[in-house]
Amino acid sequence: MSGNRTERAPKMRMRGGPIGTEEKAKDFKGTWVKLIKYCKKYIPGIIVSLVIATIGTVFTIIGPDQIGKMTNEIQKVIGVLMATGQTVDVDLSAVTKIAMFLVVIYSLSAILNFLQGYIMATITQTIGRNMRTDISTKINKLPLKYFDKVSFGDILSRVTNDVDAIGQTLNQSISSLVTSVTMFLGSAFMMFVNNWHMALTAIGASLIGFVLLSLIMAKSQKYFKRQQKDLGEVNGHVEEVYSGHNVVKVYNGGKEAGRIFDDVNNRLYDSGWKSQFISGLMMPLMMFVGNLGYVAVCVVGAVLAMNGTIQFGVIAAFMIYIRLFTQPLSQLAQAFQNLQRTAAAGERVFEFYDEPEMDDESGKTEKLTDIKGEIEFRNVRFGYDPDKTIIHDFSSKIEAGKKIAIVGPTGAGKTTIVNLLMRFYELNSGDILIDGVPSTAVSRDNVQEQFGMVLQDTWLFEGTIKENIIYCKDGITDEQVAETCKAVGIDHFISTLPQGYDTVLDDKTSLSQGQKQLVTIARAMIQNAPMTILDEATSSVDTRTEHLVQKAMSNLTKGRTSFVIAHRLSTIKNADLILVMNKGDIIESGTHTELLEKGGFYADLYNSQFEQVS
Amino acid sequence: MIKILKYLKPKEWLMAVISLGFIVAQVWLDLKSPEYMAEITTLVQTPGSAMGDIWVAGGMMLLCTLGSLLAAVIVGYYAAVIGSALSRRLRRLLYNRVDSFSMEEINRFTTDSLITRSTNDITQVQMIIAMGLQLVIKAPITATWAITKIAGKGLEWTMATGAAVLIMLITFVLIMYFVMPKFRKMQSLIDNMNRVTRENLTGLRVVRAYNAEDYQEAKFDRANDELTGTQLYTSRAMAIVMPIMTIIMSGISLSVFWIGAYLINAAGAADRLPIFSNMMVFSIYAMQVIMSFMMLMMIFAMLPRATVSAKRICEVLETEATIHDGTRTEGLPGVFGEVTFKNVGFKYPDAAKPVLKDINFTVRQGETIAFIGSTGSGKSTLINLVPRFFDATEGEILVDGVNVKEYKFDALFNKIGYVPQKAVIFKGTVFSNVAYGDNGKGEFTETDVKTAVSIAQGIDIVESMENGYNADVAQGGTNISGGQKQRLAIARAVCRKPEIYIFDDSFSALDYRTDRLLRTMLKEETKGITSMIVAQRIGTIIDADQIIVLDEGKIVGCGKHKDLLKSCEVYKEIAISQLSEEELSEGGVAS
Repeated sequence: MSGNRTERAPKMRMRGGPIGTEEKAKDFKGTWVKLIKYCKKYIPGIIVSLVIATIGTVFTIIGPDQIGKMTNEIQKVIGVLMATGQTVDVDLSAVTKIAMFLVVIYSLSAILNFLQGYIMATITQTIGRNMRTDISTKINKLPLKYFDKVSFGDILSRVTNDVDAIGQTLNQSISSLVTSVTMFLGSAFMMFVNNWHMALTAIGASLIGFVLLSLIMAKSQKYFKRQQKDLGEVNGHVEEVYSGHNVVKVYNGGKEAGRIFDDVNNRLYDSGWKSQFISGLMMPLMMFVGNLGYVAVCVVGAVLAMNGTIQFGVIAAFMIYIRLFTQPLSQLAQAFQNLQRTAAAGERVFEFYDEPEMDDESGKTEKLTDIKGEIEFRNVRFGYDPDKTIIHDFSSKIEAGKKIAIVGPTGAGKTTIVNLLMRFYELNSGDILIDGVPSTAVSRDNVQEQFGMVLQDTWLFEGTIKENIIYCKDGITDEQVAETCKAVGIDHFISTLPQGYDTVLDDKTSLSQGQKQLVTIARAMIQNAPMTILDEATSSVDTRTEHLVQKAMSNLTKGRTSFVIAHRLSTIKNADLILVMNKGDIIESGTHTELLEKGGFYADLYNSQFEQVS
Repeated sequence: MIKILKYLKPKEWLMAVISLGFIVAQVWLDLKSPEYMAEITTLVQTPGSAMGDIWVAGGMMLLCTLGSLLAAVIVGYYAAVIGSALSRRLRRLLYNRVDSFSMEEINRFTTDSLITRSTNDITQVQMIIAMGLQLVIKAPITATWAITKIAGKGLEWTMATGAAVLIMLITFVLIMYFVMPKFRKMQSLIDNMNRVTRENLTGLRVVRAYNAEDYQEAKFDRANDELTGTQLYTSRAMAIVMPIMTIIMSGISLSVFWIGAYLINAAGAADRLPIFSNMMVFSIYAMQVIMSFMMLMMIFAMLPRATVSAKRICEVLETEATIHDGTRTEGLPGVFGEVTFKNVGFKYPDAAKPVLKDINFTVRQGETIAFIGSTGSGKSTLINLVPRFFDATEGEILVDGVNVKEYKFDALFNKIGYVPQKAVIFKGTVFSNVAYGDNGKGEFTETDVKTAVSIAQGIDIVESMENGYNADVAQGGTNISGGQKQRLAIARAVCRKPEIYIFDDSFSALDYRTDRLLRTMLKEETKGITSMIVAQRIGTIIDADQIIVLDEGKIVGCGKHKDLLKSCEVYKEIAISQLSEEELSEGGVAS
């Protein structure tokens, strides 16, 4: 008999997060419907695993009944001894028969439980993988507009934390829901079959305990919430002070920051021990509930046995049943909490899936090939926010092979032009024509193929230098890579690296900003697109290196239509057309000399960089 | 892990000892109640027992249970208080320690790592202490005590229990050996997948411009498959654990009764009843022994992680700050805003080559000194020596005629208005960000803040925000733009009314126009304050009183713009890349 306590076999918990974090989904039902739809393919598997779990649980429930019978066989002998003083033999063959039956039942139950655990683990992990893949694919289908309002951290947390949470809780919640309900109802049923007096006693005692428990737990919620909040505040403050350490120090802000820290730290201590205490109460309370039922069963059983109403084996069976009966109750509570967590995480994942994607363009058959590089802006109107137009009716025709510069103060919207050229964003009205073809008439991919692009933040990925330069272009030979690097002027540097072109770029390799920029320029050259875009490509490079980068860039733009965004005006003076932007709008356009003569915004901007402070 | 315990105060040790008493009491009560169970069994079997005796035994059992609950509640209380008090103390110690660190220690640990150590690692330790206090102590006591109780009651039963424990231990060891390493590996696989995703996100425009979506997705799939493979392995392996635990528990009940049947059969008349009641009791004790071992294993499974956390915390606590406070509160009388470098050299510990060598210059009150040079020339490092982010390894730096090392930190910092390259913005309001810190001259007034903001060209920021100066600023200033942050950071330095401004490349994020306006205002409104400027653009420093040109940590030129154009090759190179020929020949003054 394993009665005395209501322990649960401890689950190996690998992720010991702070206790008592509870998340709620806004739309619990809707999310679960979506989740079930998402898992459609795996539903047969899940059902099989649930059926297996149910059978396994039924086996477990049969167990105590058999233990009871076995005890009766033994007790019979004692009974005879006490009544008549005779020693008779225990019916060992009957005992062995029951025992063998139990061995089979227990083994089967264990095998079935393992099987269901294995199936569920496989299914949930596969679902997790599919979810991650879908998120990753989705990232590349969303318009850039979406990323203006969402932080990267948010998306990353969906890929890892949320999907992980779904994988974990889905596994635990569904199967434990089914087994718990089966266990709960099954053991109640078996208790009533055995003896209804004792069944009522056992259930009554347990229920009193659980009502008590749930009352305490309901009260404790606010402490958990407070602890979460305080923990968040402490962590936020620590993060802020550590990352601004220099400033905090030099401004003598340390004392004040220390005061704030002590304050939030004390608050966390207060809510921390309270919630820890309450969650620590859970275990002893559960034990108490179990013991209460256990004592009740013992006493009532003893009374009934003395009256001769029941055999002793019933008590033995009940001692196990009371454990089987109370155990699923706490598991149920946990399963429901898990369902909530699954829904909360699922909601965030599905929210992401449901974001509107870019239009499907597979129907567009027209294609730009071998273009000259003539661009025409025709009555272009655009605003990131449809109600707030920032480019009003802009028209301009750019001949093939010309250099167009876009200038303006910080935040003037210079990058907007690039966004529109590349069709990262769609126009409100008007057209951008490439060689006379509206860019919306062909697919986005096709438009983007026409441009080579170098941006201010040099984007390199973890991979070899060669991989970074070739990127996704097919059919590039090593000679071509070397040739390009020579043209860019980074060939010598690369050859000084220990693995040359096969040097892996990661956190450890320290390329200077300028060298990184040269690699991205090489990448754009390999691309060999008819037009190029250089978006502040030199502004994060110090001025001596800039010289090199400039040279590489003029190699890159040779013979191609090029768009250059720059904040150093001296670099774009020789442009064929300068577009001057301010506050999102194109306010002037012309050549350097024309604009200077005009004496407008550009002239002012240009002169300001050399003016001496009086 | 043990080292962490020395941070417990005597009061908490006392609490721990008291809890130990209660734990012993609890175990005693838990083990006592089966004895009443045995009594009841005997009573039921003996014809003619009084009903009252059963009620008494039952009542005693209930009392034991209640007593055990009470003891558990008390232990739980102490455990929670001790755990939380320790974590509060550790958190504060860690915080204060980091506060005292100079850049050298911070760079060594990295800021991110220090943040994790002060947050997650401490939470880990708190959990293991609170749980450990209850379980680590209780489990072995219960196990040994229960074993001694059952040891005399039947060798066969004891052996069965021993076998069950052995199976459990083997399972545990196997899992620790085969599965735990995979769990550890998992973190790096998750990091890897995160990296690939982040790569795609930060390079969105490039990925799309190069139509490299498929390339990136293929990369992601590889990382994803690798992660899924490991996760499948671990979760399948863990699926084995529960059934094994269940079968051990069911199995032990079954064996006790099965063995019991044979024992009773073999026993004589007199021994039969005691053996029978022993059997009932034994099944309970055996279960308790097994449960204790399970608890212990749970702790052991958690221990490695907590140990790593504890080690990481201790590492920080045992690191001494390399820069120490001085005693002086004043500079030499009558000297203000003067900075002198005398043969200053600087070398990072363990570095082969010095970053700075033989730096000599003096800047007097109200003057502007600028530092220019290519990346890695040491200009930022040089300027960071003044507020002692690092200490010079050679020579000395004098502020107002006194070596910076002799000043009390507060006194030195009150002389300085420092603006870093990347603006630091705190959670709060525009006002609290500008009026940040303490300059030893009392609270900043509203006028101070307003003047500072207007000098820093920040009026439009304040006007564009809903509550003006009281507008909320999010942590890290995520709700304002980069240029705005930089101007607020400059306003903060102005508001401080220091003797010396230090601008570490603070103007590069501003466009030329704002840059010029801001510098003009600074010059006019805050006369008499010395400026030290690190810059990239010639335009920013063209009118400085002294320009110091650095190359590979050495001064290669010093003078005014015009002189340097003639005398300094490096300076000329920088200038050529930024200015056109005619601008150069005009001496840099256009229009």
